[in-house]
Amino acid sequence: MPFFEAIRLALQQIRVQKLKSFFTLTGVMIGVTFLIAVVSIVGGMSRYMTDQVVGKIMAVNSFELRHRPNINMGEMTEERWRELARRQRIRETDVQPVAEALPPDVKWAVVGQDNLSAQSRYVAKPRQVMTFTVSEDYFDIKKMAPVNGRLFSPQEFERGMPVIVIGQDVADYFFPSLDPVGRELVVRGLPYTVVGVMEKQGSAFGISFDKFIIGPHKSSLNRYVNAHGVIDAMMIQTPSREGMLSTMESVRQVMRARHHLRPNQKDDFELETSDSALEFWNKVKSYLVFAGVALPAIGLVVGAIVIMNIMLVAVAERTREIGIRKSLGARRRDIMSQFLVESATLSTVGAAFGVAAGFAFAKLIAAVTPLPAAVELWSVLLGIGIGAGVGIVAGVYPASRASRLDPITALRAE
Amino acid sequence: MSQDIVRDSLEAPLGATAERQAVVGEAGATPGSDWVIVTRGIKREYDMGGEVVRALRGVDLAIRRNEYVAIMGPSGSGKSTLMNVIGCLDTPNAGEYWLNGTQVSKMSDDQLARVRNKEIGFVFQTFNLLPRASALHNVELPLVYAGVPGEERRRRANEALEKVQLGGRVDHRPNELSGGQRQRVAIARALVNNPSILLADEPTGNLDSATSEEIMKVFESLADQGQTVIMVTHEPDIAAHARRIIVLRDGLVASDERRSTFVEKLGLPA
Repeated sequence: MPFFEAIRLALQQIRVQKLKSFFTLTGVMIGVTFLIAVVSIVGGMSRYMTDQVVGKIMAVNSFELRHRPNINMGEMTEERWRELARRQRIRETDVQPVAEALPPDVKWAVVGQDNLSAQSRYVAKPRQVMTFTVSEDYFDIKKMAPVNGRLFSPQEFERGMPVIVIGQDVADYFFPSLDPVGRELVVRGLPYTVVGVMEKQGSAFGISFDKFIIGPHKSSLNRYVNAHGVIDAMMIQTPSREGMLSTMESVRQVMRARHHLRPNQKDDFELETSDSALEFWNKVKSYLVFAGVALPAIGLVVGAIVIMNIMLVAVAERTREIGIRKSLGARRRDIMSQFLVESATLSTVGAAFGVAAGFAFAKLIAAVTPLPAAVELWSVLLGIGIGAGVGIVAGVYPASRASRLDPITALRAE
Repeated sequence: MSQDIVRDSLEAPLGATAERQAVVGEAGATPGSDWVIVTRGIKREYDMGGEVVRALRGVDLAIRRNEYVAIMGPSGSGKSTLMNVIGCLDTPNAGEYWLNGTQVSKMSDDQLARVRNKEIGFVFQTFNLLPRASALHNVELPLVYAGVPGEERRRRANEALEKVQLGGRVDHRPNELSGGQRQRVAIARALVNNPSILLADEPTGNLDSATSEEIMKVFESLADQGQTVIMVTHEPDIAAHARRIIVLRDGLVASDERRSTFVEKLGLPA
């Protein structure tokens, strides 16, 4: 029996018995719906974490030398906490030796950061802003550009002039309906001239990435950000992803030497990459994907049992038809494949509805929450594949029963 | 209808056992090419809840190509079992069955299916059409299992329906057709794969007498065109359409006669 013939027959069967088919398909449909929805939501969250959260904090192909990890998303044991607390800070004196160990095409920048209260003459209430003090290559590494005004000149960096660039939120809050460029923002009693407003960075989990001010590392602003001689991070960017690991290793060796670590001692500093920041998330994601696959599996098992049951009924109801087909020359495998294709088609149609429902569900989640829904092609294919698989598995027993029917007995059936 | 129409191949009525065996031949021997069916001592027993029913008790039969044969007998005579064996739906417990020079009595299920598909066209009392399929699709079915491609399948099915004067009803479903039309669809289906034998089981059993006549005319003309027709019936006036009548009784051949003899005995109009 040609394959398409069998499919056409199966679809006709579904059309004839719409309600029965619908109930039959519910199990598979729900299973696949969940599969698609969970995979899409997890996929969406994953993209969100990668692009919006870590991607905004970390630059491309970059790592940061820090004394503690900046992005903490893992579980924190007391032991680890103590170990982190004992660590010594990265110092300004570390910068030169590390920079000397870097290949020539690698960019680096010193970064200090803290939350400080800022004030302007245009708004009565002061407000906390994330304050960064950075060295020259910072904007280049982070690919940040001003939408209004300019970045710092080499002289401003070198002399540590009291100038800042600010984020969109800072501009909006402190300079309502004013052009902030050329105006002053006061931090800890000292005025800083705004020279540029940076392009919008967006937000993650409702936390804005635009509530910042950035000043030259050598400016007086750094005094309030870091204690004397200390830096928060050294940001290092390699031209390609391949070069990153060896560069990290060079930096590690320099720092271990400077901290006089013995070979058996662990690093007492952090080389943070976007991957290491995402490590915990990836762990969570694998649990979610597992749940997203395991839970629908229950639905699919139920779906398979229902389909098997329905197919047994179908075989019983159509005994006569099987007899007729056999008398006309259908072999066992013809009858077998007819019923297998029928149950696979039934189940695949259910899976297709499930894919559509899962897709809609994911889009709904995306519409009502900030999470983007990324419907992954592989999950759609997997869903359809599972549908066909469930149908075939569930159909084997009924189909083999049908194929073994005795033609004479079958022809006599009512 | 004149006696002359009876195929010349049938030289003598095969009444006596010895004569019959002479025609049927020795066990194991391949029959000559003009014999479409040869059975030698076919036995078929069923176990019906501990009780052994001996439906066929050694049937010897030889049917030539182009014969038009009726198999008669009262209920329980074994005629249905014989039809199932001849139609390759059932295999005998003992004996040989040669169809077209091939021994089919030892074949597997799937080989039998192949033989049913290629060599045998069934016409049933209850038509046995697929209720949800169009006349055309019903007629196409044997070709589907023969692996004939779609285009050619439809062409041949259409031709077969034309032959039984149903060219205008190819898209009708069985429930949209009259009994006679349904049986003609079944005949078209039986013939579409050019089988060696057309095997009809009480083909008029569910039809009124006018329609029965109409169907019998179809068989008549098929036989005239050289189609081998074997018909199982318990109605003498239907059997009288055939040119040779085999009567079974208690699982054995009771008589095997030309129509003229049969008609004379029963006093039917010739």
